[in-house]
Amino acid sequence: MPAEQSVKIAVRGLTKVFGDEPKDALALLRQGETKQAIFEKTGLAVGVADADFDVIEGEILVVMGLSGSGKSSLIRCLNRLNEPTAGQILLDGRDIVPLGHRELLEVRRSKYGMVFQHFALFPHRSIRENVEFGLEIQGCAVDERAEKALIALKQVGLEGWEDATPGQLSGGMQQRVGLARALAVDPDVLLMDEAFSALDPLIRRDMQQELVALQSRVRKTIVFITHDLDEALFLGNRIVLMKDARIEQVGTAEEILSNPATPYVERFVAEVDKTKVLTASAVMRRARSVAFVNDGPRTVLRKMEDEDLSFLCVVETDFRLRGIVRDDAALDAVKRGEKSITSIMEPGVQPVGPDTPVRDLFGLLAETTMPAPVVDDAGRLLGVVVRASLLQGLAESIGSNGNASTSDSATEIVETAA
Amino acid sequence: MIEIPRLPLAEWIDDGLDVLTGQFAGATKVVSDLMETGIEGTVDALMWLPPGVTIVLAGLLVWRLTGIRTALFALAGLALLWNLGLWEATLQTLVMVLIATLIAVSVGGPLGILAALSPSAYRIIFPVLDFMQTMPAFVYLIPAIPFFGLGPVAAIFSTVIFAMPPAIRLTTLGIRQVPADLVEAADAFGATRRQKLWKVQLPLAVPTIMAGINQTIMLALSMVVIAAMIGAQGLGGEVWRAIQRNEAGMGFEAGIAVVILAMLLDRITQGIGRRGKDQPST
Repeated sequence: MPAEQSVKIAVRGLTKVFGDEPKDALALLRQGETKQAIFEKTGLAVGVADADFDVIEGEILVVMGLSGSGKSSLIRCLNRLNEPTAGQILLDGRDIVPLGHRELLEVRRSKYGMVFQHFALFPHRSIRENVEFGLEIQGCAVDERAEKALIALKQVGLEGWEDATPGQLSGGMQQRVGLARALAVDPDVLLMDEAFSALDPLIRRDMQQELVALQSRVRKTIVFITHDLDEALFLGNRIVLMKDARIEQVGTAEEILSNPATPYVERFVAEVDKTKVLTASAVMRRARSVAFVNDGPRTVLRKMEDEDLSFLCVVETDFRLRGIVRDDAALDAVKRGEKSITSIMEPGVQPVGPDTPVRDLFGLLAETTMPAPVVDDAGRLLGVVVRASLLQGLAESIGSNGNASTSDSATEIVETAA
Repeated sequence: MIEIPRLPLAEWIDDGLDVLTGQFAGATKVVSDLMETGIEGTVDALMWLPPGVTIVLAGLLVWRLTGIRTALFALAGLALLWNLGLWEATLQTLVMVLIATLIAVSVGGPLGILAALSPSAYRIIFPVLDFMQTMPAFVYLIPAIPFFGLGPVAAIFSTVIFAMPPAIRLTTLGIRQVPADLVEAADAFGATRRQKLWKVQLPLAVPTIMAGINQTIMLALSMVVIAAMIGAQGLGGEVWRAIQRNEAGMGFEAGIAVVILAMLLDRITQGIGRRGKDQPST
């Protein structure tokens, strides 16, 4: 994480024990007892045990775990729908756990927007009135809230549906309303509790993509709960993995996949299709040899022979990508006695970013023998991905994990690609 | 053999009631007089229009509130009552029922809300409701007399006690069965208790509360008829006279009038309840 990113929410030692007399359970937790053992001894359910993590401003932090792992209890502690039993929740540096009722309401009204698994839309209100709800609670004037509700509905692509009722909308559309309702109050933090889990898979994928697109526009801090690892890997800038009320690992998708902190995480991620998270930067070849725009065909040809390549990427002196030259074209140019390579330069395959998932590269490389150049944000060449490097990268990542199901799916992909 | 003395429960209750009447009878008699004037005034006002006009107006109102079929039934039923010479008695009964229902709902509604939101209020209120509902209805008539004297106000008083429980019960039920995730959503947006109640819980409880009001009206109607024994007028009075004179035909005429009135009130309140329910639902 770059240094300029600031911490939005810092969670320290957060513990939630359900029940009126949590003292015994807290003592047992301190001794390192498990959730199950504590339940057997005291009859108390531990929701969250001693959680420590930061939510960085502007990121999507995914809290992931199976049902009963405590992820829903955790997200409800963040706005104190669940009253934390112990620990601190520092929102913009201020601990919100000791706040009185009035102040808590103020924090909920101004800082948080929440989206629920089963949408939780108000059936007696129109779509517009649903979206206005948070503003109405804040005591916002009628015109102003109508205006803001309309903007929020536009953001989720539902303009024109203001006067419909929730019952008339499909699940996906209802959840857009849920999202608009949360966005309407312009909160700092969006809490999304299994927000897409009740949607069918195709709609879910759409919503995930739209959330990422929306996030890049509105730059909210998002805490997203899910039990679906694929969803976590797709959405999460960083992932918090929970099991039995405790946090197992916090890290980026790649960190969790390539470096599981516990055997549990390892088993968990064994299920993942690696191609979803392996990125172009992991399988590309560094651009050791390049052609500069001012090079002549003869120089270029020699560079190719030295490296045993059939092509070279053409770059400016500052390494910005211009195109590609093939060996046969260079040879022809030499024969014709040309002095410049600009006439034989081809645009080549569309360049990709270093974070492009490998899955997307297969399609790109299936139809051509040309390499796919990898460029950074400024368009500077970082490397190239060719079919061979792609398959090699895959084979290596599978070899390090040695899991039957992943190698099966990888073989399948290798076959389609070859 | 040891003689176990009889527990003087009746004496205790009488003593208690004596104290209460001693303290409050003056005030309750004033209330009684005012209310009796009010009831008579309302009935007179309704009688001022020719029955034919009132019946047509009532038919139109029913049409607006429910549908054409109930409206036609209302016209035919009310015309029959007029024809049987029971028009004034019907209006008296109707006014007593409506007043009793109004009081029962305006007292029972808040109690129902209280019981829904506060577990300790629930623990106090609900056993009292069980007591109120299982006590034979006639018993309420007896203490009503020393407070309000013979007549319609005493009848309304015992009717309110008899008819209030469903208003309380179904208000509580309606609020409690609002889905938890909707209440949680309101909480998440920082709603106060009052905002939650008015913007989420009560609107969603309306169909159930309407069912409670419907029940209250039906119970009020049956009690107002029984209350003829302590001098309430109306259709109950007709039935009571028929019993004393042993005239079965006359009794049935009044009885049928009660049935017609009951069916009308039932359809109308159900119609209003359904209209509330037809609006947005998931």
